[in-house]
Amino acid sequence: MMTWDDFILAFFSWQIVQEAWPILWDGLQRTILMSLMVVPLGFLGGTILALLSTVHTRWVRWPLMAWVDTFRSLPPLVLLIFIYAGVPFTGLEISAWAAVGIGFFLNTGSYYGEILRAGIESVPKGQQEAARSTGLTRWQTMAHIVLPQAFRNVLPDLISNTLEVVKLTSIASVVALPELLFQARQAQSVTYNATPIVAAAVIYFILLWPMVRVLSRLENKALAGRR
Amino acid sequence: MAIVEATGIHKHFGALHVLKGVDLVVHEKELVFVIGPSGSGKSTLLRCLNRLEEPSGGSIIVDGVDMLSPRTDINKARQRIGMVFQSFNLYPHMTALGNVTLALRKVLKLGRAEAEERGQAALKRVHLEDRADHFPGQLSGGQQQRVAIARAIALEPRVMLFDEPTSALDPELVGGVLEAMRELRRDGMTMVVVSHEMAFAKAAADRVVFMADGMIVEQGTPAEVFGNPQHERTRAFIGQIDRH
Amino acid sequence: MTNWDRFVDSFFNARVAAEYFPKILEGFWLTIVLALCIIVTGLVAGLGLAVVRAFAIRPLNLLIIFVVDLFRALPPLVIIALLYFGLPAAGLSMDGFTCAWLALAAVLMAFSEEIFWAGITAVPKGQWEAARSTGLGFLQTLRHVVLPQALRMTIPPLTNRTIAITKGTALASVVAVPDILGAANAGVSFSFNPTPLTMGAAAYLVLFLPVVILGRWIETRFAWKR
Repeated sequence: MMTWDDFILAFFSWQIVQEAWPILWDGLQRTILMSLMVVPLGFLGGTILALLSTVHTRWVRWPLMAWVDTFRSLPPLVLLIFIYAGVPFTGLEISAWAAVGIGFFLNTGSYYGEILRAGIESVPKGQQEAARSTGLTRWQTMAHIVLPQAFRNVLPDLISNTLEVVKLTSIASVVALPELLFQARQAQSVTYNATPIVAAAVIYFILLWPMVRVLSRLENKALAGRR
Repeated sequence: MAIVEATGIHKHFGALHVLKGVDLVVHEKELVFVIGPSGSGKSTLLRCLNRLEEPSGGSIIVDGVDMLSPRTDINKARQRIGMVFQSFNLYPHMTALGNVTLALRKVLKLGRAEAEERGQAALKRVHLEDRADHFPGQLSGGQQQRVAIARAIALEPRVMLFDEPTSALDPELVGGVLEAMRELRRDGMTMVVVSHEMAFAKAAADRVVFMADGMIVEQGTPAEVFGNPQHERTRAFIGQIDRH
Repeated sequence: MTNWDRFVDSFFNARVAAEYFPKILEGFWLTIVLALCIIVTGLVAGLGLAVVRAFAIRPLNLLIIFVVDLFRALPPLVIIALLYFGLPAAGLSMDGFTCAWLALAAVLMAFSEEIFWAGITAVPKGQWEAARSTGLGFLQTLRHVVLPQALRMTIPPLTNRTIAITKGTALASVVAVPDILGAANAGVSFSFNPTPLTMGAAAYLVLFLPVVILGRWIETRFAWKR
């Protein structure tokens, strides 16, 4: 039977935290860097998809839907491994960073795209008509009238998806990109102690809890409005 | 015989003192009409009677049951007090008959057949027996409110509370609901009604209670209160109503 | 060999496909079993927590909110790693399947609790009052009047969230579960050909594409409205 002290030593050892800190910090920086890369990338992809969805032609609409649904159906990890492990067979070299970038662009872009499309559709038609009647062009109307309202209407969903994307960066550990989880696993195998993984979990929680709280409030507010 | 005996009812909402020591006695087969300006506490008083609102002080006896005693089974006590709401509050996922029979089956524990028989009878009393299978969304506001009345009377309550039953209705739908209430009265139901239907009050009420600022200002027969109000506030209120 | 031939030979190699098809199929069933385990436990636990929360017992509710926040904030793979690589240090070893199941069920529990709770609070107060005024008790009102309405409202967000979390079953491959991705990975390293990955991706599409399309349909069919 394990004593309380053993338990603390195995999971919450301050000494291990101190020893592992440099490598955890290294991983944390990379996790943040990766988030700063993939969130704008996915957002860009999503905006393109959402704008394309406003083109009401069958030849755009159906391929677009197929694209979005395909990348929403594939688990992100499958996509990432497919790119990272598959592409080299074509004779091309691909780094873990590039694989993560492409994978997240495809996956995250599709999710952002769906959210933004719903946002655009939530803006009443009368808004566009009013803007066009004052002489604004189609794209001016989109940029100044529709998109700002669309963003506001789906803000909770956008934040929620961003939270998911940041959490999802942890799968980059599988393709040996040394982000927070990867480094924590390294530290764990070197120290034979579970503390580094616990520490990584605590770091993720501290990092993301404020976002979860904000989200929870926004969702409740949206709900009150629906009543 | 008194069915409702409320004594010294106080109600605070935070710093707000909504009921300031209200006494109300309702006798068997009596129809008591409560009127007053908005914010006078009349709805709160009604909701205290079946403890949807917890009074801050006072005592409430309904049909011999002490409503505020911790030993009272409040769910059992509420079976004897029917309530009809301003916004109907029908269950949107159940048919009219389903709305009426839910409490019969779950509170009185009747079998399905017996519950439906009683439910049909209740719907018949409000002339909606042919709407039993309709969902609330398929009924007009007036029909919904009559289903709500059927839901309450199916439990054979000793007293019925009406909280502005016609306020949410379009004018042309008010008549059917008032007619259902008139028939209930004819059958000898004890009723407490909070409403702005003054013509109905004049025609049907045994007693009119005027409330203002959380207190009962005066009460009497419709002729007394409407024809010869004693209190300044009552006169002002009735004068305003008449000008409409 | 042209580039195109090499591409086909790499990603759509019939011989490799035939050889690894049975393994991928086994992985396919395992993924389904894992997914069902996660969905059932996660949703039941989430609904249970939401019902407990309706009792409004303050210390208990704060605990529920914390647990929900915790599992919404932690990446699923981190939770799996904690269970699989961390817990053995406490003398508690679980196989990869159990770890993935528990971790993802906990995540689904957290998200579904939020959604169920949102649904419960979205049911108008008048529904509670009407039911209580006919003598129905708290639990009876919750069960017969409030939950049926709340559940209907929660169907679209719940479907989408359940699909998203269920796709996380692929994470189980990281802890040595031979699910679709696990089987595909193994196939690639044995055959030194990426065709098993192509098959794996196809298997996921077969599994999730209908569900995603169903979710899209449900979204429009059961949109939040009263």
